[in-house]
Amino acid sequence: MKFFREREATVRSTMSRSHTQTIFYSAAALISLLGLAEATYLTVIFLSGETAVCGGSADCFRVLGSSYAKIGNIPVSGLGALAYFSAFSFATFAGFGYARAQKFFAWTVTAMFCMTLWLLFVQAFRLHAFCRYCLFSAALVFLLTGLVVAGPVTETQKN
Amino acid sequence: MKRYLPFIIVALVALLAIGSGALLYHSKRSANAAPKISKPETETSGESVHSLGPADAAVTLEEFGDFQCPPCGKLSGPINQLQKKHNLRVIYREFPLPVHAHAKEAAFAAEAAGRQGRFWQMHDLLYREQAVWSQSTDARALFNAYAGMLQLDVGRFRQDMESSEVQQQVELDQRRGAVIGVKTTPTIFVNNEAVPPKQANPDELPAVIEAAVKKARPSS
Repeated sequence: MKFFREREATVRSTMSRSHTQTIFYSAAALISLLGLAEATYLTVIFLSGETAVCGGSADCFRVLGSSYAKIGNIPVSGLGALAYFSAFSFATFAGFGYARAQKFFAWTVTAMFCMTLWLLFVQAFRLHAFCRYCLFSAALVFLLTGLVVAGPVTETQKN
Repeated sequence: MKRYLPFIIVALVALLAIGSGALLYHSKRSANAAPKISKPETETSGESVHSLGPADAAVTLEEFGDFQCPPCGKLSGPINQLQKKHNLRVIYREFPLPVHAHAKEAAFAAEAAGRQGRFWQMHDLLYREQAVWSQSTDARALFNAYAGMLQLDVGRFRQDMESSEVQQQVELDQRRGAVIGVKTTPTIFVNNEAVPPKQANPDELPAVIEAAVKKARPSS
């Protein structure tokens, strides 16, 4: 009898954790999708040489027109799109229970968080200008980081 | 099926991102397509001019403009539309007025962009963002940022802005304007005839151009 009770408790706990995981990773995937859409848009703008995107905002021009907006000939927004797509993919796989994807998701978000800190530093102390698109992206990365810190990845590591 | 679902979702999102990106890129490229990219032509006198449209167009509109002059900014869009509508030849001449603090620098910026084949893109951008850089204490930094946004080689752009060739080009345009009596901006010539200053505005210029087109092609 005791054995059955313990087993039922374990199954319930696993189901509850699995449900929480699905919610957390669904949220992470949605946030990553938003970031992917924004980064793809900015990459296209960069490649097409369109300038109306910054219309009326000197700060936006200072940031997106600066040398920090590209690495070699590759736009930083393109790298961002790639990072958001990776985060989305790993979050999706993690939501479906792929254990390794959880780790990859955490690593990707950590790398994105570090890059975001660098870009915020550049905007604040080197360019003295903030671009609204970059701040939106930074907010998304902070949200993803929050999910990694508070989310089921930490729970999995505890277990 | 559930096993393959994450693969299907990820593949769909990848396709959607690439597809929508390609569509957007195509629409942006066609919006900024030729004849925007034009190299400066060299006239018989040896001076170079920035022109849009065919060299043998029935109507040629020559503008002496100042990037910091608000009426010039208001005319920029309508002139672009008229150029497309009537297939005009549009020539732009620099005529920065001394009363405008950043006008000369802006003219240098446009000429420097022209050295990399992007004169008209910088021309349009300077007019569109006129209210912003005109008020700026460091317009030069903004011009550099504009060059970056236009995918120019910013190092070369900076050098060209300082170069004597670019500065001479602006002076040549100014001298040419002074010789033919240009005193204010915008001063517009249609087929070498000066448009009265009262008509050099977005409301009346289209009628002037239509009259010139009819005059040039009386049979049509």
